[in-house]
Amino acid sequence: MSALVPLLVALPLLGAAIALIFGRQRKVQVGVSTITLTLVLAIAAVLLYAVDSSGKAIAVSVGGWPIPFGIVLYVDRLSALLVVVSSIVLLAVLLFSVGQGAADGDDETPVTIFHPSYLILAGGIFNAFIAGDLFNLYVGFEILLVASYVLITLGSTESRIRTGVVYIVVSLVSSILFLAAIAAIYGALGTVNMAQLAERMSELPQDVQLVLHLMLLLAFSIKAAVFPLSFWLPDSYPTAPAPVTAVFAGLLTKVGVYAMIRTETQIFRDNDVNTLLLIVALATMIVGVLGAVAQAELKRILSFTLVSHIGYMVFGLAVATPAALGATIYYMIHHIVVQTTLFLAVGLVERRAGSTSILKVKGLMRAAPVIAVLYFIPAINLGGLPPFSGFIGKFALFDAAAQVGTPLMYALIVGGIVTSLLTLYALMRAWNLSFWREDEEQGDEGDAPDRISYLGGAPAAATTTERRVIPRIMTLATAGMVAVTVALTIFAGPLYQLCASIGEALQDPVVLVEIAEEAP
Amino acid sequence: MTASLILIIIMGALFAAGVYAMLERSLTRVLIGFLLLGNAANLFLLVVMGEPGVAPFFGAADSPEEMSDPLPQALTLTAIVITFAVSAFLLALIYRSWQLGQADTVEDDEADLALRDRDAEDQDTMGDEITDEDDDATTDFIGTDTAPIVVLHHRDLDAIRDDAPTDSPRTPTSGDDR
Repeated sequence: MSALVPLLVALPLLGAAIALIFGRQRKVQVGVSTITLTLVLAIAAVLLYAVDSSGKAIAVSVGGWPIPFGIVLYVDRLSALLVVVSSIVLLAVLLFSVGQGAADGDDETPVTIFHPSYLILAGGIFNAFIAGDLFNLYVGFEILLVASYVLITLGSTESRIRTGVVYIVVSLVSSILFLAAIAAIYGALGTVNMAQLAERMSELPQDVQLVLHLMLLLAFSIKAAVFPLSFWLPDSYPTAPAPVTAVFAGLLTKVGVYAMIRTETQIFRDNDVNTLLLIVALATMIVGVLGAVAQAELKRILSFTLVSHIGYMVFGLAVATPAALGATIYYMIHHIVVQTTLFLAVGLVERRAGSTSILKVKGLMRAAPVIAVLYFIPAINLGGLPPFSGFIGKFALFDAAAQVGTPLMYALIVGGIVTSLLTLYALMRAWNLSFWREDEEQGDEGDAPDRISYLGGAPAAATTTERRVIPRIMTLATAGMVAVTVALTIFAGPLYQLCASIGEALQDPVVLVEIAEEAP
Repeated sequence: MTASLILIIIMGALFAAGVYAMLERSLTRVLIGFLLLGNAANLFLLVVMGEPGVAPFFGAADSPEEMSDPLPQALTLTAIVITFAVSAFLLALIYRSWQLGQADTVEDDEADLALRDRDAEDQDTMGDEITDEDDDATTDFIGTDTAPIVVLHHRDLDAIRDDAPTDSPRTPTSGDDR
């Protein structure tokens, strides 16, 4: 079983190399990427089953070095679950982009480079999820970041270079911070292995712990786009190609959140910055969603809701009870899937209507009922309407916070409910304008009803692109993702149980230490 | 653990200079800042290695205590490789940015510009922001005879001629595929 673990990283990298060799044969590239990601999905599913049924994590020491010295890959329920979910998302987005590439030629996506970069991105994400030591986590981050630099500036048009530079420079700063934090931690404790760190950290004085803790948190918060370190995200995501934005929105910020979960629960167990995190979470939720309300362009609205919903995960993490951690993980899974689906649906809207400005697009309900459904289901899901998974996740989160019951917790709960309602408002306003508004209703194009005329000055409110045909495979990929979001609701029982057991296990560092040390 | 004070001072200076250079608007200086920061972080890793000793090969020293700690060296090597790759990418990005006629500056965000246009009367609050006209003033290589690349004026995209061979898998439209 443990032989399967390194394949999670090796397969995508190998696939990337093969895809690069066959740069001019698009069909071969598509085949290689699809097969690679399908294999990874299968392996991850097997690992998840094995880890879940045995209740024991799998630790693999790459190259046969004894555990604290070599590179350790570590798969527990949390890692395996996240790898499964992210490979599903990556596969769906890959199919979406294949459809897009087949329809448009390679004007927007230079195919030669897209598939290898995409697979390397996947490899980096998987590596980060199964990293058993901090330095390997750093390497995973770097792999996925360098691939994401290429993807976000894909085609290197003027606007993509401009916004890509913001993303790249911010990511560089966070990487250097992370590296410096690793150096400091090694200097203090003489190890970068997470299991050993968990053991030795409590021997340090509290103030040294706090410095190390905050350095790591700062680096991860930039990657996870936690307020006030979130301003790069709505600037840089909307201009990238639709599939790239979708996969970034779903996965890249969550890798940051995952790293925060590991640091908070397993490394710095008796060094407590939860109050700070709670306040930051509240600010992230509120500021993010207010940004979404002020936007008139669908991709920007979604980027801001993405920031705001990161707040929920930080909230759950800061409550720090097993129930809250379980809820956080469920919410994270839900958000990866739903946010990606929404971005894919908006990609369809862009092609169908030639714009993503909610002031320009109208009458889609009649013109494209399928897209309307594909947008509506994830939208109300993200807004947290029962019975969908967004409601379940938020309810569990608030319930866990209410059990702690301090005044700050109640403030956070109120903030969370307000955020949820405002998210629903922003997404439903877009629905009303773009889908329900009749085509003839308002005379000239671009005329907004008076109530929302303040949106006229919002960025990109007037941008239009050409309308293009939507190949069936794009619709199918989006529909598949919508089906997954619905499945998160239908199978919420077993999934939530799994998340809850992860939450409990995270409270217990001994599991990680024991298994890492008894592995061969 | 003992550490060399000189290395620590150099590391601090590199961090300071790197942060300063990264705050510039010119991408070339951002790159220089990144290189300095990367080296500072690598030095940091070297500092935490502790007292230097014999090379950590099997049989090179009688006891492990006389050897250097090999792990930070491995970490540093990895970090150097990563920094190298990212710098190469940044150079390509700077070149492309030049080609597109934006010089090599980090531009203001579209959303911020829209906000500025919206409340035109409050312009004083944004007075210290750079405007489009003096973009060129922040680059190092414009207007000199040694400028490696002709900088086109803003959004003059038709004038760009990219001679690099394309790797388009479609049937080539130009004659550069043999």
